[in-house]
Amino acid sequence: MDPSRAHPAEPGASGRPPPSGLDAQEIDLAITPLRDLNAALHDVGEDGPRRWRVLNPRGAHALAAGIDAPIEVDVEGHAGYYCAGMNQLATVRVHGNAGVGVAENIMSGSVVVHGNASQSAGATGRGGLVSIRGDASARCGISMKGVDIVVRGSVGHMSAFMAQKGRLVVCGDAGEALGDSNYEARLYVRGAVAGLGADCVEKEMRDEHRTELGELLGLAEVEGCEVSEFRRYGSARRLYNFHVDNAGEY
Amino acid sequence: MCGIAGLFSKSLDVSGGLGGHLGAMLLQLSDRGPDSAGVAVYREPAPLGSSKLSLFSPDPDQDWAAVQDALAEEFGAGEPELRASHAVIVVETDAEAAQAWVREHLPELRVMSAGQTIEIYKEAGSPRDFVEAFALDEMQGSHALGHTRMATESAVTTEHSHPFSTGLDLCLVHNGSLSNHNLLRRRLRREGIQFETDNDSEVAAGYLTYRLREGASLEQALEGCLDDLDGFYTFAVGTAEGFAVLRDPIACKPAVMAETDDWVAMASEYRAIAVLPGAESATLWEPEPGRVYSWERAPV
Repeated sequence: MDPSRAHPAEPGASGRPPPSGLDAQEIDLAITPLRDLNAALHDVGEDGPRRWRVLNPRGAHALAAGIDAPIEVDVEGHAGYYCAGMNQLATVRVHGNAGVGVAENIMSGSVVVHGNASQSAGATGRGGLVSIRGDASARCGISMKGVDIVVRGSVGHMSAFMAQKGRLVVCGDAGEALGDSNYEARLYVRGAVAGLGADCVEKEMRDEHRTELGELLGLAEVEGCEVSEFRRYGSARRLYNFHVDNAGEY
Repeated sequence: MCGIAGLFSKSLDVSGGLGGHLGAMLLQLSDRGPDSAGVAVYREPAPLGSSKLSLFSPDPDQDWAAVQDALAEEFGAGEPELRASHAVIVVETDAEAAQAWVREHLPELRVMSAGQTIEIYKEAGSPRDFVEAFALDEMQGSHALGHTRMATESAVTTEHSHPFSTGLDLCLVHNGSLSNHNLLRRRLRREGIQFETDNDSEVAAGYLTYRLREGASLEQALEGCLDDLDGFYTFAVGTAEGFAVLRDPIACKPAVMAETDDWVAMASEYRAIAVLPGAESATLWEPEPGRVYSWERAPV
């Protein structure tokens, strides 16, 4: 597995963030403008601080978006839209809930949400790991293109819609129209699926699937779930080419 | 886009600062709706046998004393409470009669709301200007809804702004757009529902008015939206006792809800909730699509 996907150590049993360490750079968004924080994270270079703590996020949008460095960022509260979007190499942990589009278009590294995530978590992501400890709502992993997404809870409707590549693991239930128009993303769901989308079918769990699922659960540090409890879903590949029988549908 | 916010007080502290809290929420939602802003505040019920009218005049030199005199002569009326382009007047008759009389005899005014406790204020312009001009900071109340508008379906005017009255003590704020509003408006007009603008959200308000008039409960009327309205919506509906929230079945438009011991709130985005006291420790959730959520206090 790509080392950039390695998942950082969990916070203590209290669920609070890990000790910040001597070198953690603290930024209080009650004082510092968001743009200054993001600019500092973008300019971190090779010599800048490796550990960052963001205080008072208060639902701000685009928090820690666009990082391209192997740093760790702990967001101490709830994040707004597009938190850690386009992430490369960094580990971003949200110690709260995340709004729409957390880790959208993530390229590598990892984004961990300790609470719930709103719609379109991990949308269009190309690589890296998105770990949601709570639930994710509708359209989780929409148009995912290689990212791995592990949701400890449940996902809402139309998750993995038009997904192309990568793996979506759902330890709880999935809402309506799971995997609609999916290409080659692999979907693993432990609980009930309210309904499969167009061209999405249940598929056989073979050894290679059990192996990769076990790895993903390990990376996301999911406890209390057995690989054997999951079912696999994917594309029936009937939408790949125009079929004359479907002409009436257009 | 548009931003919507609702706040329902469970404590005297929050009631005392209700307008200020709602104003702070609206400022957070300014990016979502820079074109106009509006609020419905439930406060200071009119005495039994009387009712409250919220009136808007486009004329900055409106002679409100003359309006009071006219209403006083016909029914008896209190001193108008002026806020920017609006005035709230307690009239010594029932709300329907007062509203009908104003529409007939003072057509230059718009009745923004009528009822026992509701007051609606709205105006084109930025939410910040609105919050200041209407002195939201000074308003107390039991619950309130607010809206910031980014117009997509119709013009930017005060009349096109939200909240829309949906009947006595009822109002609607909407984030989204409806695609079958012209057809529905024609149908509702045939049923005697009046519309003041070509706005799609006003049709949703008119639809609720119609369903409630036909005997539906608020919950039934909202559930009817799922079948009869085509489009995107997160609705918040204010009633004399509380408010209700509904998202369309596909959940195209965002909504966050939060509750503490002191308040219940809904907003388009969490950052509008983050400004409320104790928000860090509130219970937070995203309302499910197609499900009606409502809060009420027992009628006094």
